Amino acid sequence: MSAEDAVLATAEAIADGKDVPADHRQYVSFAVGHEQYAVDIMSVREIKGWTEVTSLPNQPEYVRGVLNLRGAVLPIVDLQRRLGGQMTETTPRHVIVIVALGNRQVGMLVDAVSDILDVATDKIQPVPETNARDDARVLSGFLTDDEQMVAMLDLERLLSAEVFGERMETEEAAA
Amino acid sequence: MNDFEQFKQTFFEECEELLQRFEEVAVTLVAGPNDPEGLDDLFRSVHSIKAGAGAFKFQRLVTYSHELENVMDMVRAGKLELGEGDPELIVQAGDILTDLVAAARAGLDAEDGLEADVLARLAVLAGQAGSPKAEISAVADTPVSEGDYRIRFRPHRAMYETANEPQLLFQALKSVGDVHVEADLSGLPELSKLDPGEGHVAWVVEVRGAKDRDAIAEVFEFVDGDCDLEIEPLTDTAAEDSAAKAGDSGLFIEIDSPAAPGNEAPPAPTEPGSGGGQGPVAPGKNTAPAAAQASSIRVELGRIDRLVDMVGELVIAQAMALDSLSELVDMRHVNQLQALEDLTMRTRQLQEGVMAVRMQPLKALFSRFPRVVRDLSKKLGKNVRLELEGEGTEVDKTIIEELSDPLTHMIRNCMDHGLETVEERIAAGKPEQGVVKLSAEHRNGRILIRVSDDGRGLDPEKVLNKAIANGLVEEGAELSKEEIEALIFMPGFSTAAEVSDVSGRGVGMDVVRRNIQKLGGRVTLESEFGKGSTFTLALPLTLAVLDGMLVDIANERYVVPLSTIVETVCAEPEMMRELPEGGSVMSIRGDMIRLVDVCSVLGLSREGKTEPLRKLAVIVETEFGRRIGLIVDELLGQQQVVIKSLETNYRSIDGVAGTAILGDGRVRLILDIDGLAALDTSPAPGSDMPEPTQNPIASGGLAG
Repeated sequence: MSAEDAVLATAEAIADGKDVPADHRQYVSFAVGHEQYAVDIMSVREIKGWTEVTSLPNQPEYVRGVLNLRGAVLPIVDLQRRLGGQMTETTPRHVIVIVALGNRQVGMLVDAVSDILDVATDKIQPVPETNARDDARVLSGFLTDDEQMVAMLDLERLLSAEVFGERMETEEAAA
Repeated sequence: MNDFEQFKQTFFEECEELLQRFEEVAVTLVAGPNDPEGLDDLFRSVHSIKAGAGAFKFQRLVTYSHELENVMDMVRAGKLELGEGDPELIVQAGDILTDLVAAARAGLDAEDGLEADVLARLAVLAGQAGSPKAEISAVADTPVSEGDYRIRFRPHRAMYETANEPQLLFQALKSVGDVHVEADLSGLPELSKLDPGEGHVAWVVEVRGAKDRDAIAEVFEFVDGDCDLEIEPLTDTAAEDSAAKAGDSGLFIEIDSPAAPGNEAPPAPTEPGSGGGQGPVAPGKNTAPAAAQASSIRVELGRIDRLVDMVGELVIAQAMALDSLSELVDMRHVNQLQALEDLTMRTRQLQEGVMAVRMQPLKALFSRFPRVVRDLSKKLGKNVRLELEGEGTEVDKTIIEELSDPLTHMIRNCMDHGLETVEERIAAGKPEQGVVKLSAEHRNGRILIRVSDDGRGLDPEKVLNKAIANGLVEEGAELSKEEIEALIFMPGFSTAAEVSDVSGRGVGMDVVRRNIQKLGGRVTLESEFGKGSTFTLALPLTLAVLDGMLVDIANERYVVPLSTIVETVCAEPEMMRELPEGGSVMSIRGDMIRLVDVCSVLGLSREGKTEPLRKLAVIVETEFGRRIGLIVDELLGQQQVVIKSLETNYRSIDGVAGTAILGDGRVRLILDIDGLAALDTSPAPGSDMPEPTQNPIASGGLAG
């Protein structure tokens, strides 16, 4: 889905939101590498195509820089890198999903927005506890059906300023 | 003019407004029912004058206005209806009040018996209250209006321990309604059993004109559980009773007076409206003619902020328009060019004007410290004099508000740790009286505030040992004097006693530093052992716009604050010298200046671009007068930018003061000179010094 289509679909989905049954929630899913991830649609503020960002000095690699969004300065996180993968090779077809975390807004660089999912909450599986991998902590659950497995992102753990701060410090301590 | 005179002056200025308002309403009075809002105004005007007069001991004025206030209160409450001839009496009473104020102002005693006739007639009028005429209106008889409450408030020890002050709560109540405070000293033990930390004193507070009970409860929200609190609607008898009691006892404080003695922060002369005890008046509901409030208005800060923001964007838009147009017009269009120039100038003026709205003299802030010093010197048993300098210096209001706590803390620090006891001072050959000096000045487009003392200064050895004991510095580390002085701003440096006091009072210097950094400022300490210490705060004048020089470093554009730039030089190789421990210096006209390679400090890469032999250096001055040279690749010109905080959505970054959005829509980083200098001198990882993030002189982001 292109950024424009995604915006339209998201807007429609939010408008339709009233019809969603109480035990259902809507998620925006997107592709990062070969994986599918999703976030609660209510936390998504905006979806836009990739544009050049201004890089920030001495920050973790996954912080690609900052972007001007109608006068607000937002940090843009390379989701693939943040989840332990390679840096994304950006093209104009890449997409930035802007999400709200409390009073803050953060942009996530993803490959493409895939779908709007209408999910019964009891269909979401918890992350198996034995999974000790670091990036498991940033997932809040899995949604599986016949075709795919979508990982639900825990934005708070993934992007909050405290996490930025914490990770920065542990990286510095390690240096 | 001393402070007392200043407050008196403010009081009289306020009286003028109040009297004017009184007269305006009084002449509209008619026999029979009157506009309740007008009656409220009459009452408030007289009430405020009485309160102020009491504070300055203008006894005759107090006595007279008390009587008048009584009558107005009865009329306001509906207990008394004005009859034939009464409106004229009120107008006349206002005239007498004006005369008495004028006499007090001139320092003269007004003509004997001036007020006698009116007083007598007022007494007759007051005597009619409760007469059959009043009973007729008994259906609507609400002697005490709906929004009147009595609060019984007895703070517990815990409330004081969490640094809450009854004074501040009462101040806050002022925004809810008219406030009368009466202290209840019945809980005071004998002097020998008195524990200063204990909440022996209770207060009975009457609030009039509150919206509802919740509005009052909200004020006490933060001390919930730490005090006994009863809020009950005021009944008529209770009100009378307590008013009488309050009048008799000497414990009566008028919080809403312009300069009541207990009021630590008197309203600044520029805000006379704040003394009236009434909250901001809703537009449209305000029946007062514009003339009455012409001298000042109260505007919500958010509105001014939006205005400042808009004007900032206007300046940028205007600059961009000029930029693109100037390519099209040539000498044939002199008039058009002239018009554009004119527009530029006026835009600039507009901006300065809007910024000036936010500026206030520091006096309002400084004037609370003599009291702090006086109280504290008693407590500490030290003889201390406070010297103030540069109180007229104007600073952005937001900054003034945020400075109160840090300054108080620094002054306490000076008095407690800095100054010696009288005996120690005599032994050291110093005058008995210690001096704490608070000064402010403008410098380089910033404001410098200094808090200094002539005490014992910092003992470098003691500080270092303590830092080692607290695990902040490794054993055997060798630190320079500046590094040692910076240690006291480190988190975790505070003494054990302070650390245990986490409930709020025991803020360490690290908290002070963080608060100052939040404002885009810096704090440093300079100290000479045995001679004294000086805290220096450097703060931006405003939090909104900045004149910047756009530079190119490693293919990215950055903004260097113009106020910091001294000159730019093109350094020939022979002017430069590499240092053995890394870094380089250059000499300009015989002065040695340290060069900071911004590219490497910020961890950028020039991506194959060869470093030019001749280096372009922007010579900048740090807050404290030290000069450094920033190596940049290209100068791109000057531009005014609107500062956007990086912290709104992200976090602060060392070496970056904030961000700006330029004409092309891209975000650019504003370099933080002192932050860069600190980054450059940060030792390599693994050394004894703390890691860079904890460096006390590291940058703070610009808020805004």
